[in-house]
Amino acid sequence: MNRLQQSSLYQLTRVRFMLVWREPEAIFWIFIFPILLAVGLGIAFRDRPPDVLPVGATSAQLTRALAAEKGLRVTQMDPATGKHSLDTGAILLLASERPGGVTYEYDDTNPDARTARLLADRAIQVAAGQRESVSARNELIHETGSRYIDFVVPGLLGMNLMGSAIWGLGFAIVEARQKKLLKRMVASPMPRWQYLAAFLLSRLAMLVVEVVAFLGFARLVFGVPFRGSLLELAFLCVLTSISFSALGLLISSRARTMEAASGLMNLVMLPMWILSGVFFSAARFPAVIQPFVRALPLTAANEAFRANMLQGVAINHLIPQVGILLLWLILPFAVSLRIFRWR
Amino acid sequence: MSSLARNTHLVESSAPPLLIRGLRKGFADVQAVDGIDLEVRRGECFGLLGPNGAGKTTTIEICEGLTEPDAGNVELLGLNWKTGANELRQRIGIQLQETQFPDKLTVEETLRLFRSFFRKGISVDESIKTAQLEEKRRSRVGGLSGGQKQRLAMATALVGDPELLFLDEPTTGLDPQARRHLWDLVEALKLAGRTIILTTHYMDEAERLCDRVAIMDHGHVIALGTPQQLIATVGGEDIVEFAVTAKDISRAHELTLQTQHLTAIPGVQSHRVDEGLHQLSVSQLHTAVPRIFAALEEQGLHLSEFRTHSATLEDVFVRLTGRNLRDE
Repeated sequence: MNRLQQSSLYQLTRVRFMLVWREPEAIFWIFIFPILLAVGLGIAFRDRPPDVLPVGATSAQLTRALAAEKGLRVTQMDPATGKHSLDTGAILLLASERPGGVTYEYDDTNPDARTARLLADRAIQVAAGQRESVSARNELIHETGSRYIDFVVPGLLGMNLMGSAIWGLGFAIVEARQKKLLKRMVASPMPRWQYLAAFLLSRLAMLVVEVVAFLGFARLVFGVPFRGSLLELAFLCVLTSISFSALGLLISSRARTMEAASGLMNLVMLPMWILSGVFFSAARFPAVIQPFVRALPLTAANEAFRANMLQGVAINHLIPQVGILLLWLILPFAVSLRIFRWR
Repeated sequence: MSSLARNTHLVESSAPPLLIRGLRKGFADVQAVDGIDLEVRRGECFGLLGPNGAGKTTTIEICEGLTEPDAGNVELLGLNWKTGANELRQRIGIQLQETQFPDKLTVEETLRLFRSFFRKGISVDESIKTAQLEEKRRSRVGGLSGGQKQRLAMATALVGDPELLFLDEPTTGLDPQARRHLWDLVEALKLAGRTIILTTHYMDEAERLCDRVAIMDHGHVIALGTPQQLIATVGGEDIVEFAVTAKDISRAHELTLQTQHLTAIPGVQSHRVDEGLHQLSVSQLHTAVPRIFAALEEQGLHLSEFRTHSATLEDVFVRLTGRNLRDE
């Protein structure tokens, strides 16, 4: 054995790494699941051509006028059929002639129906001879970086780093405590800090594989942009992972059973899944809870990832987010070192 | 079997391997250890014997530095846990009750991990050989039998080449063959001159393995000595056990055994009765037994059970506490 192999920190880290690697379920949740989730969301929110809106008209003249509008698909129908189609949602709007004008029937709470109303009215007015008083020209933009998949990939990255750190650390520590292995370890001359440090080191080794696989997939399959510095992105990933590891350590510092630990983990993670802007922007929550939402580590991580990847923001403009993550690293770590139950 | 003996023979100090004075430890509802003094000599195998709940594990875990005592002093190899903890951890070997090593590591990986904690010690190969786990070297811990797991636990205690070895109930839960296998291993370590402290609630284990035994009950040491010395305190070398019924069923209610007739027999040292089973401690079994038969016949009693065995530590415990170990 060489010197490295004789070092207890190396052995502890190596053992941690192997234990995760030999657990097929852990591999699934850490590596496969986030990719599956990205694929599912990518398919659900893929880019489609703008919708063509179905409308109905009760006369041949109106039908002709509406057919000139590319945004509408018009069907001629008698008033009774038209009413029925409207009620069942087969059409969004029914245009009927009345003496001296036209009547639109539609649901004004449905945005698509309101769009149909605008398009239909414009088409009919133009057919009747109205001219635009201001000349307008349209330029269409379909830029990467503004799609839903671009929004959700950094969120999934943050969520995945949180889950693997908290679950990975929490369950392993509580299991070792429950099986009296922790007690056996502290009965040996092993330095205690090395036991905890080994978790962080093996987490970092795993992180490289985990992040590269996930982001590589998002890049190759969805063309998600990386506009910021990759080095800074790597730093943000490491910081996020270590912060959540510290939180995982705190959660597992007292729990004696897997059930207790599991409950605590859900208690900690559930609010962040909902509030921290993984699937939709955290800005949508009411202003009163915004200070709380923004203080959560996952919110800070997601904001930082999005700023780096989508807007190319440099790290010196992300001080608040980095600061929040650092606080979430230092405080839980300091507390858990004081209250950690070694047996 | 070179690794059974300690490889490093330092100039060993004259301090006893273990010295306990006035040790006390209470938990919420029970005084687990209630004033214990013990001294373990270099090179001996010392046994803490007693029923479950007697305070053996609490005592040994205080010695191992895992539990803080309420009062009293513990000195190991001339050091104590307050000032010499790091040094002590390097010099003692520990096997705890019910440690479960990670299932997905191999025997070799587990031992390599534990070896890395010690500044000096034996090689991983040597520890595998000593614990006779050569064939299981590359097997995962999850696939080992109970006996093999226990030998692995022993190997993790030996990799640091300890001056003092603690074994807490090393054979509890093992089948008879695995127990014998482990006894052979402990005996080999003993022959090689290691100082061993073990706890057990098996009397036969203590009798076979230990040079000296402390019998514990309710947090006290109630007897201390070599197994032979302790057995001698029972008074006779043999124990006679019997149960009786009246010959005439109609007179069953009058069934009373006149014990003074029995204790008057030469060679019978004492009598006690436990749930209808009479026990006599006897010396000169060959002359006493015919007289016991005659005395029972005289009283019109019929023997429904009769057996004899050589006195054991079990009988010592029974004499001291009036209870059987296995009752606990």
